[in-house]
Amino acid sequence: MAIPKIVGIETELGIMVRGTSEWNPVSASSLLINAYVGSEPGSLDDRTSPIAWDFIDETPGADARDFLPPEFALPPEIETHLVNAVLTNGARYYVDHAHPEISTPECRDALSVVLYDRAAELIAVDSMEQARKALPPGQEVILYKDNSDRKGNSYGTHENYLLDRSLPFGQIINGATTHFVSRQIFTGSGKVGCELPGVGSSKVPYQLTQRADHFEEEVGLETTLKRPIINTRDEPHADSQRYRRLHVIVGDANMAQVATFLKVGTSSVLFAMLEDHALERFYLLDEPVSAMQQVSHDLTLRKGLALEDGSTMTALELQFDLLAQARVWAERHGFESVGGDAVGEMILSRWEQVLTGLESDPESVAGQVDWVAKKRILDGFQARHDCAWDDSRLRALDLQYHDLRPTKSLAAKAGLETLVDEVDAKAARHDPPTDTRAYFRGRCLQKFASSVVAANWDSIVFDVGDDPLRRVPMLEPARGTMEHVGSLIDESDTIVELLDKLGA
Amino acid sequence: MAEREQIKKTPSRRDNEDVEEVAAKSESGEKLKAELDDLLDEIDDVLETNAEDFVKSYIQKGGE
Repeated sequence: MAIPKIVGIETELGIMVRGTSEWNPVSASSLLINAYVGSEPGSLDDRTSPIAWDFIDETPGADARDFLPPEFALPPEIETHLVNAVLTNGARYYVDHAHPEISTPECRDALSVVLYDRAAELIAVDSMEQARKALPPGQEVILYKDNSDRKGNSYGTHENYLLDRSLPFGQIINGATTHFVSRQIFTGSGKVGCELPGVGSSKVPYQLTQRADHFEEEVGLETTLKRPIINTRDEPHADSQRYRRLHVIVGDANMAQVATFLKVGTSSVLFAMLEDHALERFYLLDEPVSAMQQVSHDLTLRKGLALEDGSTMTALELQFDLLAQARVWAERHGFESVGGDAVGEMILSRWEQVLTGLESDPESVAGQVDWVAKKRILDGFQARHDCAWDDSRLRALDLQYHDLRPTKSLAAKAGLETLVDEVDAKAARHDPPTDTRAYFRGRCLQKFASSVVAANWDSIVFDVGDDPLRRVPMLEPARGTMEHVGSLIDESDTIVELLDKLGA
Repeated sequence: MAEREQIKKTPSRRDNEDVEEVAAKSESGEKLKAELDDLLDEIDDVLETNAEDFVKSYIQKGGE
């Protein structure tokens, strides 16, 4: 039986400083995050520095293909000296390379991810406001939720799914690669121009996704160069005997909530199907990497992709077939693994609605799919101002769609449908989800911040006064929920009392 | 299911619905166009003033 598809998203944000030419992205990112953390209500009142991230369990160089000798694996660099904070909603907010990055807390389902992804956008908005106060007059830090500077540099929006360790990695590769290539028709955020060497923007003036041009391999450990469709980083942040965390690096940063919902929802369903042995028809792509770019460059959605067996199918046909298989799976296995009936039904019905819309009249899903919403604005602008695709104003509009300042963001004006309440999203900046271990992390930071020395995904270290530091492991992502520990936390006045009650 | 059968039995009503649907569709098309026009008016105001400089200066380091 499929295990709960606990999921989260990490987003690296584009960053610019206005009003000075003397800035660098690392210090601007640090200033921004420190400014936010210093202003966050509640948890940090009696502290002078943010709660530190605990790196003890980080092993990003571990490879899921355990047959490879370790010297073949190039461990990604960990920059432990940079700002790295844990927020009271259970999220991590830090400087990664030269970008601010927010990881949502662990969420139980796709709708919860949408809520915490929106909360992350609002945290970014608050951060820009706080940074403005810390900077000299006339200067401001601006954040963009996108994945490329359109000049060949890309940064990621990564999804993370909890998988059963017993599912063979080869099955993940076979099942997920085709989905990651074909789902681009609704996950793409749209991009003016093309960054694929040798292709150029005259041939591809506009494309579905921001990321497809930046992929070179089918399977691999890298995330910064020679990016693979299937990333093999094997770092479960949980009981490694039972779980795997699939680190998915192919996705775009979405402004449209329905796009985020479907990106995460359809993928969660696929992984549950694989664990339930319910994916009966596998369609293997002949050349997945070029197929990924082909899908992204084909605005007609009509060009067939070559399969290994010599036949062809379009991305739409592949998605409709996966949806049909998902319906059969749901009949037999139910939706418990993806968060219950309500969210499960919503995934399937939204999936069908968007695929049907893309097939009959893409403009009909301009409220749900980013590349369609953006193209509608660009087409309208071109018609009004009679300009060609190489006009810098179109490139500016493309970037400004992702601007997170509410007054400048074109996405905020594009009429995108919302799935979560803005009041709930504002609360989710500070409050953790109630149905994963993020609840325990967030509540401990809200209530016992002065006793928390460090935290990471799967443990918290407490200072309990005279005794040695106490580490509480959280190796089960579905434990530590409000149901499990809510009343214990409510009833404890001190951290010692709580740890005693937990038997930790 | 009962509802679907009922619709089959009353084709005349269904025709009317189709007509209404087409009317509704073109009406919503008009509405969408008007919304886009409003949005484009607004964009002319909020678009970064020097688009070319802005696009050139948007340089990011690779991440991940």
